[in-house]
Amino acid sequence: MPSVSLTVNGQPHSVEVEGRTLLVELLREKLRLTGTHVGCDTSQCGACVVHIDGESVKACTILAVQADGGSVTTIEGLASPDGGLHPMQEAFREYHALQCGFCTPGMVMSAIDLVEKHPQGMSEHEIREGLEGNLCRCTGYHNIVKAIAAAQEVMHGRRDTLAPAEA
Amino acid sequence: MYDFLYHKPSTVSEAVALLADPEVRPISGGQTLLPALKHRLDRPSALVDLSGIAELRGIRRQGDRIVIGAMTRHAEIQRDPSLNAAIPALARMAGLLGDPQVRNRGTMGGSLANNDPAADYPSAALALGATLVTDRRRIEADDYFLGMFTTALEPGELLTAIEFPVPEKAGYAKMRNPASRYVMTGVFVARGPMGVRVVVNGAGPGVFRQAEMEAALSANWSPEAVASIRQSSDGLNGDIHGSAEYRAHLVTVMAKRAVLDAG
Repeated sequence: MPSVSLTVNGQPHSVEVEGRTLLVELLREKLRLTGTHVGCDTSQCGACVVHIDGESVKACTILAVQADGGSVTTIEGLASPDGGLHPMQEAFREYHALQCGFCTPGMVMSAIDLVEKHPQGMSEHEIREGLEGNLCRCTGYHNIVKAIAAAQEVMHGRRDTLAPAEA
Repeated sequence: MYDFLYHKPSTVSEAVALLADPEVRPISGGQTLLPALKHRLDRPSALVDLSGIAELRGIRRQGDRIVIGAMTRHAEIQRDPSLNAAIPALARMAGLLGDPQVRNRGTMGGSLANNDPAADYPSAALALGATLVTDRRRIEADDYFLGMFTTALEPGELLTAIEFPVPEKAGYAKMRNPASRYVMTGVFVARGPMGVRVVVNGAGPGVFRQAEMEAALSANWSPEAVASIRQSSDGLNGDIHGSAEYRAHLVTVMAKRAVLDAG
C-alpha cells in the first residue's frame, strides 16, 4: 500500500493508504478529523473544502496520495491553540452565517482562500461569485456573504475587531 | 472506486513508458477523472500522476505565441500576467471554469485531452489556431478535435503543451446551465494570423466552426454582423437542459456577446 507523508494543521503524519483513498477519507477516517464534511461526494457542494499549501480544494476529489508532501489545513486548524477563533469563524458566529451548520466548515475554508486572493477587498457581488463552489441549503447565503464582507476588513487589517452585526 | 496502483514519475519519458500499458491512465488535476472513477466508468490498473513533472507546468511567451504547459492549472492561467496581456479572453475563460476549488486543481491539458462537449478550452484552441504538442509530435487544433470525448491523441500519447498564436482580438461568451454550470452553448471568436474564426462549444457533440459567421465578421467585425445569422439545429445536442433548437438560438446570442467581449 502506498504511504502518504503530509502535514495536517501543523502536525506531520505518515499514513498507509490505498491508491483510491480520497484525501477526505484520510482526514476523517484515519486522522479522525471529522470537521471536514462530505455532502455530495461529487465535487459540487463544497462541504469538504480544505487548503493544500494555502489553496482551497475539494478533498472529496483529490486522492490522498496526491496530497503527499503537502501541507493541509482543515477547519480544526484555524483557531489558535488557546481557542481564539480565526476572524472568519468569529464573523460566521457574529453574523449568524449558518443554520444547520453542515456546509459551514467548507464555507469557512473557501471564504478564507477567497479573501486572501482579494487583498483589495470584494464587493457583495464578488463574494457571491466566489462562493460558486459551495452550496448552502438553509441560509440563502445572505448572512454568509455579510460575514465574509465583515471578516475581510479584519483579515486585511483595515479594522482591528469585527464590526458588530446589527441587532 | 476500484483500487489501482499509483505512480508519480518526474519526467515525460518515464510517464510515457508507464502509459504504454493500455490499462494505465494519466491523472492531471483529476477533477473529471476522479468523479468518473467513482462512478466506475473506468477501471485502470494504475494511475500515472503527472503533477511531479515540472516541465509540464507554466506559461511563457515564445515570440508571437503563448505556450502553456499541459499541467498548468486553471487558476494559474486565470491570473498569469503575460497571458492576461496577450490573450485576455483565454485568461477570462479560465476564470469562468468550474468553481474556484476546481480551478485550483484542474488543468488545461486535462480538459483538452478529455474533450468534453461542454468544455470551454476546445473552442479557444480551435478559434485561436492552437498547436497541441505531445511527447511525440505536434497536432494542429484543426486536426485534433474529433468529436465527443475523442481527440487525435493515440493510446498512451501524452499532451505536453499547448501553443497559442497571439490574436489581434478574441472574445468568449457562454450560457451556463443554471444548476450544473456546465456550458449549454459557448462561442469563441478570434481575429488573427489564422483569419477570423467563430467556434461553437457546448451545443454539439464537439466543437465546430460557424462558417457563415466567420464570413460576416471578416467583412464587418461587429455584433450586428452576426445578429441575423441563424444556426441550424441539425446535429446539435437536445436534452433535459435544453432542446437542439434552443441551443441553436443561443449560438447567435453568444456570438454577438463574444464579439462584444472581444471589443
